[in-house]
Amino acid sequence: MNNFLAMLAPERLVHLSTVDLAIIAIYFLAVLCIGFYLKRFAKSGEDFFLAGREMTAWVAGLAFLSANLGSLELLGWAGSSYQYGILAAHWYWIGAIPAMLFLGIVMMPFYYISKTHSVPGYLQLRYGKGASGLSAVSFGFMTILMSGVNMFAMAKVMQVVLGWNIHFSIWVSSVTVGIYVASGGLFSAIFNEVLQFFLIWFGALLIPILGLTEAGGWKGLVSRIQHNFPEQNFTHAWSTLGHFQDNPMGMHWTGIVFGLGAVISMGYWTTDFLVVQRVLSAKNLRSAKMAPIIGSFFKMAVPLIVILPGLIGLAVLPDKLVPESMLQPGQHSYNDVLPLMLARYCGPGLLGLGVTALVAGFMAGMAGNVSAFATVWTYDIYRPFIRKTATDQHYVSMGRRCTIIGLFISIGTAYLAMGFASIMDYVQALFSFFIAPLFGTVLIGMLWKRATSLGGFLGLLAGTLTAIGIFFSMKIDHNLVAVFALSPLAKGLAQDMYQALWSCLMCVIVTVAVSLVTAPKPEAELAGLVYGFTPIPREENVSLLQKPIFWACVAVALFVILQLIFW
Amino acid sequence: MSESRHIIPVWFFVGLLLLTYGALILASGIAEWNDLPSTVLANLHAPVWWGGLMVLLGGVYIHKFRPRRVL
Repeated sequence: MNNFLAMLAPERLVHLSTVDLAIIAIYFLAVLCIGFYLKRFAKSGEDFFLAGREMTAWVAGLAFLSANLGSLELLGWAGSSYQYGILAAHWYWIGAIPAMLFLGIVMMPFYYISKTHSVPGYLQLRYGKGASGLSAVSFGFMTILMSGVNMFAMAKVMQVVLGWNIHFSIWVSSVTVGIYVASGGLFSAIFNEVLQFFLIWFGALLIPILGLTEAGGWKGLVSRIQHNFPEQNFTHAWSTLGHFQDNPMGMHWTGIVFGLGAVISMGYWTTDFLVVQRVLSAKNLRSAKMAPIIGSFFKMAVPLIVILPGLIGLAVLPDKLVPESMLQPGQHSYNDVLPLMLARYCGPGLLGLGVTALVAGFMAGMAGNVSAFATVWTYDIYRPFIRKTATDQHYVSMGRRCTIIGLFISIGTAYLAMGFASIMDYVQALFSFFIAPLFGTVLIGMLWKRATSLGGFLGLLAGTLTAIGIFFSMKIDHNLVAVFALSPLAKGLAQDMYQALWSCLMCVIVTVAVSLVTAPKPEAELAGLVYGFTPIPREENVSLLQKPIFWACVAVALFVILQLIFW
Repeated sequence: MSESRHIIPVWFFVGLLLLTYGALILASGIAEWNDLPSTVLANLHAPVWWGGLMVLLGGVYIHKFRPRRVL
């Protein structure tokens, strides 16, 4: 046993005891058993790809949130909060809450009533095969690449944190995910995401509790950070955003509000099928509307377990962390802050729980990606373009095979990422190319009856090409940063915000312009797809506490209060 | 979750996992009571109360969402 452990862990950030390893092993066993159990319920296409459309609002809401709460996200944003301070919380607040509420209240009725299986599926109903095909191919391609990048990231983290062999991590996690997703489809993915939600909270919440105890509460924390880093302001979310040079992120408030809040987050939370698929599995329209609203309350609290550990690191860690690119032997990078905090406060048992939460987060991310890929491939590429008429069983069988094939492609991508580390940055960037313009295309399609098929397709294409053009222009000629991101001082994240803003604007302009000179769709074909032609069931006979709009208003109030507290 | 097909609710699995993990962590915390690990604030015995909380919550979930025989 000890030899086996030594082989797995030659060098490591934390040391696991037997009880920690038992906790990790139980997790793998549990997800496999649940996958086998759920296989009997995933028989039809509706079951396999949309979990039978019978999830309650709470299950769909937690899965919706968890699909985005992967470990790459946790480790990355904890590292970002060490680097940028509380500014990183914007990605959880203005970068998520308005979009989640907008999805629940405004967009979900159209997705749900149209009975689409996917976001490209909605585009097919609204715009036809052009926009749908472009969106499906780009989504499928990027999703599977993201899955591979996640897989490599997990293996890398397990190597650095636990000293595990990189091939061992890749293959064990892939085989496990492959078995349980191919068995139970979206049922398995959603069950696993709900388990992951609890694991992450129980595994990580002790860090802020013990960290704040050590630092002497919030006031003590702020005072320690100011003492350790007197030249920087890490604890105010808005007051330093007046000028690019006033904050460690090199960000301006317009980038946060218009780039992140109005475009990137709207694009991600309302059109990225990976998250929207969870809401589409809800059992009725009210549950589908409530799911993102429930998710928004927990999303507002996620900075407790992601941002706060980074801030605590700034206050209590004796050695300063450095960027990955400047790492010297014996030093730790920003991205190590969460594992370092785990090792600081968590002894045997709790450490295993924390590591299991990270493993669960990675595996749920992979499962989410491959299940979304299987759906989009089967329903939006294979069925409309390759085999239009086949039995439901055939499509389910295709979905299962696609899950396995998708995982093998992901493994290939993981090994590619191992050889070319910079591919990870490019894949992240590529993903953002498609998301921002897609939001423009979907939103115009839902709210403007005049939008035409050609307008939708060309708008989406123009927006995507604009994002790609701006990204490479700024890479090739750094002087263009001042043009596109409004200041030469704008750093990477700020550049992303403005790139998204311009690409979405371009998409909207082209969609509107082309639509105005092309023939509109007959109004009869817009029923259930466009505002004004979609009968939305009224909620006159339900109490105030059962109305989604009431809870959306409560979420908005909490969101505003949080901004004022951390202004 | 599905009433018609009698799928065991996901909350039951959540309860099982919390109970199992809580019991392991609680036992580990009790075992190290007099021989504390070298972590910061180990004197607060976090594994004992955190593990206990997980056992309690897991028990509630298991009781509330346990599979019932359908007549």
